[in-house]
Amino acid sequence: MDTIWNYRWLLLQGLGVTVQVTVLAGLLALALGIATGLARRGPPLIAWPVHIYVEVFRGTSALVQLFVLFFVLPGMGLRLDPMTCGVVGLGLCYGAYCSEVVRGALNNFPRAQREAAVALNLTGTQTLTRVVLPQALLVMLPQLGNLMVELLKASSLVSLITLADLTFQARSIMRLTLHTVEAMSVLLVAYFVLAQLISFGARALEARLGGAWRGRTEER
Amino acid sequence: MSATATDAPAVRFAAACKSFGDTRVLDRFDLDIPRGEKTVIIGPSGSGKSTLLRILMTLEGIESGRVEICGETLTDRFDGVERAPRGRGRLRKIRGHVGMVFQQFNLFPHMSALENVACGPRLSLRRSRVEAEAEAEALLRRVGLGDKLGSYPLQLSGGQQQRVAIARAMALRPEVMLFDEVTSALDPELIGEVLAVMRELASETSLTMLVVTHQMGVARALADRVCFLENGRLVEQGPPEQVLDAPENPRTREFLHALNLA
Ligand SMILES: Nc1ncnc2c1ncn2[C@@H]1O[C@H](COP(=O)(O)OP(=O)(O)O)[C@@H](O)[C@H]1O
Ligand SMILES: [Mg+2]
Repeated sequence: MDTIWNYRWLLLQGLGVTVQVTVLAGLLALALGIATGLARRGPPLIAWPVHIYVEVFRGTSALVQLFVLFFVLPGMGLRLDPMTCGVVGLGLCYGAYCSEVVRGALNNFPRAQREAAVALNLTGTQTLTRVVLPQALLVMLPQLGNLMVELLKASSLVSLITLADLTFQARSIMRLTLHTVEAMSVLLVAYFVLAQLISFGARALEARLGGAWRGRTEER
Repeated sequence: MSATATDAPAVRFAAACKSFGDTRVLDRFDLDIPRGEKTVIIGPSGSGKSTLLRILMTLEGIESGRVEICGETLTDRFDGVERAPRGRGRLRKIRGHVGMVFQQFNLFPHMSALENVACGPRLSLRRSRVEAEAEAEALLRRVGLGDKLGSYPLQLSGGQQQRVAIARAMALRPEVMLFDEVTSALDPELIGEVLAVMRELASETSLTMLVVTHQMGVARALADRVCFLENGRLVEQGPPEQVLDAPENPRTREFLHALNLA
């Protein structure tokens, strides 16, 4: 336990980096996921490039994507700092996963609801924002929450592109002190607690968005 | 040449053809419905009744022929060659004439009864919230749901949901109202309350109603004219006393006979 206490500031700094990477990459992934998930239902000229983006980023590992951003792009004249690389890399990768979730929810959205919107003479945009998304988001939320937990765990990959996140710091401590068990325990607990926070947030949001019209009837 | 909005029939099908793949649903279909008429359409399952209404609601297109609503041409595609798509503004203008109530209600589950009824006027007529909700409240009172304004669809019975759906469609003040088996998904004891609302609407002389139903009670209660549809053809039509009580066509007789046995 002493080890952990002695290195607490280092670990807290690492935790800060992990949280920062996860939150920023998560926001990017959600924004990308919703935008591209919607775009894939658009005209082919838009849907196809987006489809390729999703397949490429889903089909290759996040680690390789980070390495390309960090080691290959500078050779082509584009040098990004490690934090930007981590956020953009993980954001692009998990954006592709989110995109699939959004697309799935939109594809499974009941046709009858869209038809009711036509019968009420709503525009396409109104149908999307007032009818489709409020309901579809609720379907997506649990899956998007899971993806954010996955993203949190994948964020440890940024330690391999020199970012001093929690995993990076714990490994340094292991190397310096050889107290592997303590350092590993910190990682275990910290990631678990963060994951629980994300899950709790997703559930709370789901209850808030759907509670009024869905939650109450489930109790019935 | 083009008929003005007032002397044109509310609905006109002229040689309209509609297929789904190899299934021909409407075959050179003709039908004129004068303004204000309450038309009830009966016929076996799969005869094209829903398709007829869905074409009028612009939920389906036709391959050839002509469909007019209040003098405006909905679709005119000839020889299987699709013409340039209609401008969105025009399509929305035509939709503004028509309202539709569905068998499964299709209320928006995330909106309260009041929001369901107010959302059409608010969004497509750009009314203010206060104005739209005041009107929605009046409509919900009219269908007997003045005490359910804040209820969500899943908290309402089928009959109540369907009455909200009727109020929702009426909120846009359509000239033509389409009802597709709106009492078929209801428990028998709930049919009466919905039928009562429809009868009350039918007392509005200017409202054109097209009602698809399997329930002869509904047909008798509402119809100025009954049309018997089979395989996308109009087999027989006339006043309800004639078509329902003394049908001339053997197919109509057979259909009504089978219904009575059921
Ligand atoms: N979207 C569709 N795709 C394929 N076939 C359809 C579709 N909608 C209706 N049909 C077919 O068209 C015919 C008429 O259907 P419908 O208008 O729903 O009949 P009704 O309402 O009189 O029962 C049926 O044979 C039905 O199977
Ligand atoms: Mg039908």
